[in-house]
Amino acid sequence: MRRVFVNARLIDPEAGRILSGTLVTDGEVIESVTESTPKLPADAEIVDCNGKYLAPGIVDLGVKVCEPGERHKESYRSAGLAAAAGGVTTMITRPDTDPAIDSPEVLEFVTRRANVAAPVHVVPMAALTKGRAGREMTEIGFLMDAGAAAFTDCDHVVSDAKVFARALTYASGLGALVIGHPQDPVLSAGAAATSGKFASLRGLPAVSPMAERMALDRDLALVEMTGARYHADQITTTRALPALARAKRNGLDVTAGVGIHHLTLNALDVADYRTFFKLKPPLRDEDDRLAVAQAVAEGLIDIISSMHTPQDEESKRLPFEEAASGAVGLETLLPAAMQLVHGGLIDMPTLWRALSLNPAKRLGLPGGRLADGAPADLVLFDADAPFVLDRSRLRSKSLNTPFDGMRMQGKVLATYVSGSCVYEAD
Amino acid sequence: MSFPHRHLLGIEQLSQNDIVTLLDLADRYADLNRQPDKHADALVGLTQINMFFENSTRTQASFEIAGKRLGADVMNMAMQASSIKKGETLIDTAMTLNAMHPDLLVVRHPQSGAVDLLAQKVNCAVLNAGDGRHEHPTQALLDALTIRRAKGRLHRLSIAICGDIAHSRVARSNILLLGKMENRIRLIGPPTLMPSGIADFGVEVFDDMEEGLREVDVVMMLRLQNERMDGGFIPSQREYYHRYGLDAKKLKHAAEDAIVMHPGPMNRGVEIDGTLADDINRSVIQDQVEMGVAVRMAAMELLARNLRQADIQEAS
Repeated sequence: MRRVFVNARLIDPEAGRILSGTLVTDGEVIESVTESTPKLPADAEIVDCNGKYLAPGIVDLGVKVCEPGERHKESYRSAGLAAAAGGVTTMITRPDTDPAIDSPEVLEFVTRRANVAAPVHVVPMAALTKGRAGREMTEIGFLMDAGAAAFTDCDHVVSDAKVFARALTYASGLGALVIGHPQDPVLSAGAAATSGKFASLRGLPAVSPMAERMALDRDLALVEMTGARYHADQITTTRALPALARAKRNGLDVTAGVGIHHLTLNALDVADYRTFFKLKPPLRDEDDRLAVAQAVAEGLIDIISSMHTPQDEESKRLPFEEAASGAVGLETLLPAAMQLVHGGLIDMPTLWRALSLNPAKRLGLPGGRLADGAPADLVLFDADAPFVLDRSRLRSKSLNTPFDGMRMQGKVLATYVSGSCVYEAD
Repeated sequence: MSFPHRHLLGIEQLSQNDIVTLLDLADRYADLNRQPDKHADALVGLTQINMFFENSTRTQASFEIAGKRLGADVMNMAMQASSIKKGETLIDTAMTLNAMHPDLLVVRHPQSGAVDLLAQKVNCAVLNAGDGRHEHPTQALLDALTIRRAKGRLHRLSIAICGDIAHSRVARSNILLLGKMENRIRLIGPPTLMPSGIADFGVEVFDDMEEGLREVDVVMMLRLQNERMDGGFIPSQREYYHRYGLDAKKLKHAAEDAIVMHPGPMNRGVEIDGTLADDINRSVIQDQVEMGVAVRMAAMELLARNLRQADIQEAS
């Protein structure tokens, strides 16, 4: 079946431009993208976009779905519906479940579940070490055969440099992508905030932003030594940026990401111990937020993701130090990202490179592009529509969003995955 | 005399006026407490529950005496021994107690922000008796009252706070209070015991004690917790005493009439010389304990007035 999107503002992140025109999909792929209005095929369904944006669907790197282990927090079904409503057409899922996704058997199980339950593409990642314990590497080869797109121990840093170096070496032999969490595990142990006046006044155990740079420096040195493909999951501080720039300049196969919350919130948002703002790494100072946003605008940081981390009320209704870290983000990623555009920090095509083209390219996926033959994974959205976020209306099973009650702009109107509509706003 | 607060969670929320109101009332209770008949009736009919999730002898006793002198029904709960150990969450515990309709809840908890969290969930007035490294408002208020009585004023004084600032809620509350009252604050201690971002606090920082004490009017010593003496933060107890322990020789650098304070319990020979601590011409440590009761009576009375006011408003 053909679908013709007319009167669209088409965001082409690859060419770095926005054009007004028409996009035609045929079955699961994009057939044509043109500035003119082509002759409408008789059998086609016409979608009038009314001058709204049509962009490649978001490829969200680092989504946590709590299967296996904690389905009450998030299942593939609920996460998939949230993704569809948020314009996310591909979820790259994290292996930090309980138990961890560290064997081909568990990976096959979750892939099967995901394909049945989620209306969007699900691409799983697997743990780099068994049980994410940082001692023995997982069966990287078998896991790749079973579909693992990348290998990461998530927020468990492999602290033993020898273990990490061997895993990187082995992974590089297979061309596998390793994702690190640059955070010195000793300095950051027990920390609930970023060190500084605010953390001191609140009396919270805090970690210096230097812990990020130290860990990144180590990881990059090991990447230089092993030649592995490496991605830093979240770069959130000014001090880490020069190291990243140097590594890229020296030709290492390195990319970096940042979570949307670190781009839109700062440490002061914690205010009176609001645990929905407790993240890992903790929120940073405003200077860091702006520097990191600038790094995204310049392309130094490649990928923006939601770092979707569902936590139930019980895990969050605790004293700040004891409360669990993380926030849900699948449904709020797009409106939060619009703040960056409206605030003049990042332009629309660059934003879309970070949201869909770059993550797709880094993981070797075909999405993220508006081009003939690319998959028809699309999001139609209104960048300006205002609303007040009501967390009780989120589709996630967990409602731990820091944006509750906040005024936002940017609404998803419809989401298409492989040419079929998986979400339509009412 | 208004005190527009439902709870006493910290010094941060108080204005200069609030502080003066509270200290003025406490002054009167300090006089009452020296009479043979110490009873007043400000809290008659009210129930006060002391919930201490962390060991405390003096603060708990002080709150208990304060409540009893004002006629409240006082109950102490040692929370380490209770249902917390059975896995009940802080909020569940609070809700359970709340159902018994206490009027005043005095809470100490080892985690910063825990008392704020609890205050959001209950209907009664909550007094923070110390939460983690965050605040200990009644300690700062009793220190302020002690200073005001000894010095005749609580502004434009030069005040040194010495020792483990980083882990001290007493230091935080005192920095806030003394700053609000427009005093000059100096912090003295090794850099490992200074909190991060200290440069933004509007204080002067010294790691040399003699230099830091120069011409100060008040010397406030802090307790050094035993668990910090093992080489992690300072090399040894004896080196700490040598460099940061207060003795007569170091005190000579302060103003001639400088007073010496300590929130207790003291480690004699670790942060303060025993003879100096007992010197009634310099040390006001016993006055601090005495003022503690008066300040807590005043704080509970002001909150209780607001409770009764709210009742009247609801009824009308």
